[in-house]
Amino acid sequence: MLKTLLSGDMPRAPILSALLVVILICLALAPFLFPGVRSVDTAARICIFIVLVASYDLLLGYGGIVSFAHTMFFGLGAYGVALASTHLGRGFDSLLIGTLGGAAVAATLALVIGLFSLRVRAIFFAMITLAVASAVAVLVSQLSGLTGGEDGLSFKIPRALGPAFKFADGEIFGVKANGKLLKYYLIFGACLILFLLMLRIVNSPFGRVLQSIRENDFRAEAIGYRVVHYRVAATCLSAAIAACAGALYAIWLRYVGPDTTLSMEIMIDILLMVVIGGMGTMYGAVIGATLFVLAQNYLQNLLSLAGDSVATLPLLPDLLNADRWLLWLGVLFILSVYFFPTGIVGRLRNN
Amino acid sequence: MSDPILKLEGVFTNIAQYHILQGVDLTVPRGEVTMLLGRNGVGKTTTLRTIIGHWRAHQGRVLLDGTDITGLPTPQIARAGIGFVPEDMGIFADLTVEENMILAAVSGPIDQTRLQWLFTVFPALETFWKKDAGTLSGGQKQMLSIARAMIEERTLYLIDEPTKGLAPAIITTMARAIKELKAQGASILLVEQNFAVAKALGDSANVMDDGRMIWSGRMSELTEDTALQERLMGLSMEAH
Repeated sequence: MLKTLLSGDMPRAPILSALLVVILICLALAPFLFPGVRSVDTAARICIFIVLVASYDLLLGYGGIVSFAHTMFFGLGAYGVALASTHLGRGFDSLLIGTLGGAAVAATLALVIGLFSLRVRAIFFAMITLAVASAVAVLVSQLSGLTGGEDGLSFKIPRALGPAFKFADGEIFGVKANGKLLKYYLIFGACLILFLLMLRIVNSPFGRVLQSIRENDFRAEAIGYRVVHYRVAATCLSAAIAACAGALYAIWLRYVGPDTTLSMEIMIDILLMVVIGGMGTMYGAVIGATLFVLAQNYLQNLLSLAGDSVATLPLLPDLLNADRWLLWLGVLFILSVYFFPTGIVGRLRNN
Repeated sequence: MSDPILKLEGVFTNIAQYHILQGVDLTVPRGEVTMLLGRNGVGKTTTLRTIIGHWRAHQGRVLLDGTDITGLPTPQIARAGIGFVPEDMGIFADLTVEENMILAAVSGPIDQTRLQWLFTVFPALETFWKKDAGTLSGGQKQMLSIARAMIEERTLYLIDEPTKGLAPAIITTMARAIKELKAQGASILLVEQNFAVAKALGDSANVMDDGRMIWSGRMSELTEDTALQERLMGLSMEAH
């Protein structure tokens, strides 16, 4: 049963299995285990970034294709939901239309970019995606009448997903039975389905061909596989799933703006999460995204506590100042690459 | 003699500014092992890669079973019935032996009877069936590379230096595999530097030099004539 659900791709390492189970339980029960606004928000972000990072790994880790346009596809999904909800009114149908529309536009754009550039060298594809992503980010900022420009768009989601909606009287295990709880489980459920779908894709014959292309594209061609077709298909799939993640992010935030979905900063974060977790393993996305989002949200607090505890000592309080959290995040990244060159999952599996 | 399975007519291939093949003519008879011989760097590998479509012939024609395949994309040429074993083996190291074989069976699921036959030819494959191909030894990787080409019946096999750097016991296994393939009626174009293997396997031989075919004939003619060997390749087969 579990093997079927995971498409035969078992974690294959006891520590990794334990980590994944802990993460799954924490995310599944986040509103009950950590019932604060910030912690539930972090849990939702982890869910969404797991899907986003896994969709990027489908491209980079499995297909060997470097793209800098992943946040653009993420943004297309987010803007799809925002625009549909703004123009068609609040409702689940708007969310669905926005998500599907965003995913369709993302896949189409990926198809066009892929057909034009994946025939030639991989570096050319990377450059094209960088150029197109930058152009779209500028376009979104400039078309303020449609996209809200730099301010972005705030929109209304269905009442059933709002904090004012009560689906049961009182509380469930001390948590208000409101629309916010429903919204979290909508995000969690959708992310779980998308993740399992990606596991299915990478463990299908299509996924195997993709891996063979990553390892030796000429050999894959000489066996009889059309490399460009497979690469383009992987790009479209990855873009569509990233757009779905973007749509979920917009639903969670009820807001979309260039900084939250289209920035190059997010693109770099995705790359770091893939590398930290381990390329070419879907589980790497789970570990990478969880660690990174947790560090982004709680490293500052941790440093503040550490700084306070050594307040009487020289130099250390300055080094552990909460404002230096980005420096320590960088140090953690360097250490993780040094000690886990194949990513955390790669290291755990090799052990 | 029946129609040849493969014919190259005046093939020229350039790689960047280098003129590698300069009018290659080659005939591969049906059901035979045809040797492609010559010193290093004379264009043997480029000839195979031009046939499979990795390098484009900018002049001349490549005919497979009478059909012009010049300029066709590599996957189309492969699916037309050519099994290619490159010199670097080209195994997919991160995939298991099983996955490598599944990938090679492009027409559909693996034919179990043929797989069992392959296990008798290369017993190591069955032993390491679930192992990552990257963990195999050099000889086992070469076996996998050839087995991958053999997993489906092909019209023609292009095999590039299958015994290079291998231990004598594994060379014997390779030679036996090629003989079994031939016994099934397959046509094989084989690049080989090991003259003992070439002598044992070849029905006909073609010698290249400087991007051209300088001699074609029966293998027996070449093996019997030491002076011819020295003139064509600068060395004698007897020395090997």
